[in-house]
Amino acid sequence: MGDYIVLAISCILVNNILLAQYLGNCPFLGTSKKMETAVGMAMAVVFVLVMAGVITWIVNTYILQKYDLVFLQTIAFILVIAALVQFVEMFLKKSIPALYSGLGIFLPLITTNCAVMGVCLINMKEEYNFLQALVASFSYAVGYGLALVLFAGIRERILLARVPTPLQDTSIALVTAGILSLTFFAFKGMV
Amino acid sequence: MVEAILMMLGLGAVCGTILGIASKVFYVYEDPRIAEVEGCLAGANCGACGYAGCSAAAVAVVGGQAQANVCIIGGPESAQKVAAVMGLDPGTAEPLRSLNTCQGGKRAEDRFYYTGVKSCRALAAFYGGKRVCHIGCLGYGDCIKACKFDAIHMDPKGYPVVDEVKCVGCMACEKACPKEIINVKSMSQRLLELNCEEDALAPCRQTCPAEINIPQYIAQVREGDYEGSVRTIRERNPLLLACGRVCPHPCESYCRRGLEDEPVSINQLKRFVADLEMNSGKRYPITCAPETGKRVAIIGGGPAGLSCAYFLRRVGHHATIYEAMPKLGGMLRYGIPEYRLPKKVLDWEIDGILNLGVDYHTNVKLGVDFDVGSLVSAGYDAIFLSVGAWNDYNLNIDGEDLEGCFTGIDFLSRIGLGEKITIGRRAAVIGGGNTAIDCVRTLIRLGAREVYIVYRRTRREMPANAVEIDAAEHEGVKFHFLAAPVRVIGDERGHVKQLEYLKMELGEPDASGRRRPVPIEGSETRLDVDMLITAIGQAPDVSFKSDVTRLKDLEITRRRAIAHDPITMQSAIPYIFTGGDAATGASLVIEAIGAGRRAARSINQYVTGQKVEAPPGVLYGRHIRETLFEHVEGVRRKPRAKMPELPVDERIHSFAEADLVLSEESAVAESQRCLSCCRLCYDPDVSKVA
Repeated sequence: MGDYIVLAISCILVNNILLAQYLGNCPFLGTSKKMETAVGMAMAVVFVLVMAGVITWIVNTYILQKYDLVFLQTIAFILVIAALVQFVEMFLKKSIPALYSGLGIFLPLITTNCAVMGVCLINMKEEYNFLQALVASFSYAVGYGLALVLFAGIRERILLARVPTPLQDTSIALVTAGILSLTFFAFKGMV
Repeated sequence: MVEAILMMLGLGAVCGTILGIASKVFYVYEDPRIAEVEGCLAGANCGACGYAGCSAAAVAVVGGQAQANVCIIGGPESAQKVAAVMGLDPGTAEPLRSLNTCQGGKRAEDRFYYTGVKSCRALAAFYGGKRVCHIGCLGYGDCIKACKFDAIHMDPKGYPVVDEVKCVGCMACEKACPKEIINVKSMSQRLLELNCEEDALAPCRQTCPAEINIPQYIAQVREGDYEGSVRTIRERNPLLLACGRVCPHPCESYCRRGLEDEPVSINQLKRFVADLEMNSGKRYPITCAPETGKRVAIIGGGPAGLSCAYFLRRVGHHATIYEAMPKLGGMLRYGIPEYRLPKKVLDWEIDGILNLGVDYHTNVKLGVDFDVGSLVSAGYDAIFLSVGAWNDYNLNIDGEDLEGCFTGIDFLSRIGLGEKITIGRRAAVIGGGNTAIDCVRTLIRLGAREVYIVYRRTRREMPANAVEIDAAEHEGVKFHFLAAPVRVIGDERGHVKQLEYLKMELGEPDASGRRRPVPIEGSETRLDVDMLITAIGQAPDVSFKSDVTRLKDLEITRRRAIAHDPITMQSAIPYIFTGGDAATGASLVIEAIGAGRRAARSINQYVTGQKVEAPPGVLYGRHIRETLFEHVEGVRRKPRAKMPELPVDERIHSFAEADLVLSEESAVAESQRCLSCCRLCYDPDVSKVA
């Protein structure tokens, strides 16, 4: 049990997918201008990442490793994740329309997001078992959401700050992201 | 290798099969009309309609939450197609257009010295974003960034300008602006707007009873855009030819230049552009909103009735005027003499209003030929009662009814109708208002040798326009000031022979602020006259009320006017609105025109099922305190354009128009005297730095 908590903390804070590994940057900058969109995006990421982490683990363990085809990992994962998201979208639309409309446009948007892909590949590299892969995927997603929501809050404040002309908008956002990332490095020694 | 290919094919096949089955299993019935409707929308996914993208809008249309005209970019074309799919009425929505009401721009001193923030929203959050006045444009162009259609650009003068052709009315700029000075409205909404406390208004514009955008039309004259200038005036006043001639221009007394110099000759500029249109031989087109199918009856075709009909027509309602006299125009035709407002000019102007599709019936009198009940049964949705003030006051002195005695409006209207009246050699006119001056100047033109004005106060207290008094004096009118008539003496044939009056002196100021005249005992003086006109004011003729049972609840004030709300112009009977002299007692033409527009606004509210109410913070008649200055810096004195007049010898023998129009050169020079004021800022002649 203790191992799983350590794994979760390491995935959320220490190895934060955004701020420590720098994956999934484009939606990070694109959807962090408003808190509202940031929260929507975070929810969608949690949903897709958990699904993708589980299904890719199954594909990897029972098909790719069994037939010694691990070199096909990347392309197989893309195919599987894309099909999965489409499937989930159809399922939600029919069965849970409330969640479907809540996630809205973000669900199909992150089909082949690099953070999603990255988490799946890390899970394989670290050779996690099924439960570990599940916890890791969920925790990485929570970490992503945390960073996104924090950053959206900061950007809303930045709009009111005196930013020198050459640093406005995306450039100040990247600088801020860097500083935010440094603060996350303080967790480095924890695990 | 073979394994890898087989493996990928297998994986693909499995995924494909699962998705295929899933699409059957999880099939959600979707109305086929949604796809059809979506095909009719613009497909830009701009979100201007308020839905997340075109497909969401299509869902809303099919679900009945949105109207057929939901697509803002698609406009009427898309609305018609959607309506065809859905079997709906496309509605009569007018296109919306954005407009920046602040033109302060760079002349506003920049209070934000630091570099950095380049966003109006942030500036507003810091300092309340006050550059000069608290409502003005911050000039950092949040609206320009918000516009998805490239329809707003920054003018070199520092304020955003909207390109009406590109604007689709998506409201993005209005939402982005923290100062609420850029707003998106339809033409009808703009036509019916009233001045409010939080608007960007120059003092002249607050003063004008018709609320014309004076700085804008002067700026358009300055730029040579005469057609634009006429359009600007027509947004508030359809009778610009008439007003350009007869308006006593209350606006000019609040002109900021007037504090340091002579005020800008605002009204002569109006006349200049109005005459230019008339003399060009073509009419500038006037646009009207789509038909609403609502019908309004207008009783009385004077300035108030014409103005109300014009505005109702432009916002899409149908107006029918009922006029008691043989021709439309009211006091403009029958109260104002030919030499001030030629009938041919008035006809041209009224034709322009009728051409919009306004119906009219002349020679029909309320209470005689028709009544309110017959209008209601004819299916009118509302009634505008603007019967004017045609009953002259009497002096109530002995001998007033002798032969050769007339009353002011009665005399002028009979002349206006072309009746031949025997004119005396020595005529006296009692009164000091514009009607009295019109009477004396008419008498001179009709051949009276000696014409007197008898007025009980002094020249300073005369309510008539100073220009008119001067013109009458030049034409040879003699003034008897401080004279109160006591009786009229007749000869043995019952014809007026002498007017006896008491001399007066000025005492304490009365309620109106004018010093009250007090009679001097035993100062009776007699003036030899053979014609006498009493022009001491008029009241509305409300005799129609007694005949009409439907008007039982109509309230009449002590001054015999129709009681009404001064902003909404609604009378005590909800479907009857009023305006002009009938509502206020004898007043200015421009006041009647303003009242006609206010009534049109309320009638529009009434017939479209809205609550009839005044907007919050309505200014009507009041001024915004902060806009009234004691001194104006940076003014270099320049004389005002002089009004060209016909020489006295020429004009006293004919009814040819006495006042002439400015030349283009002097009009443009006069327009350059305008300081282009707004609430607080203005363009000084001499910059502060220099």
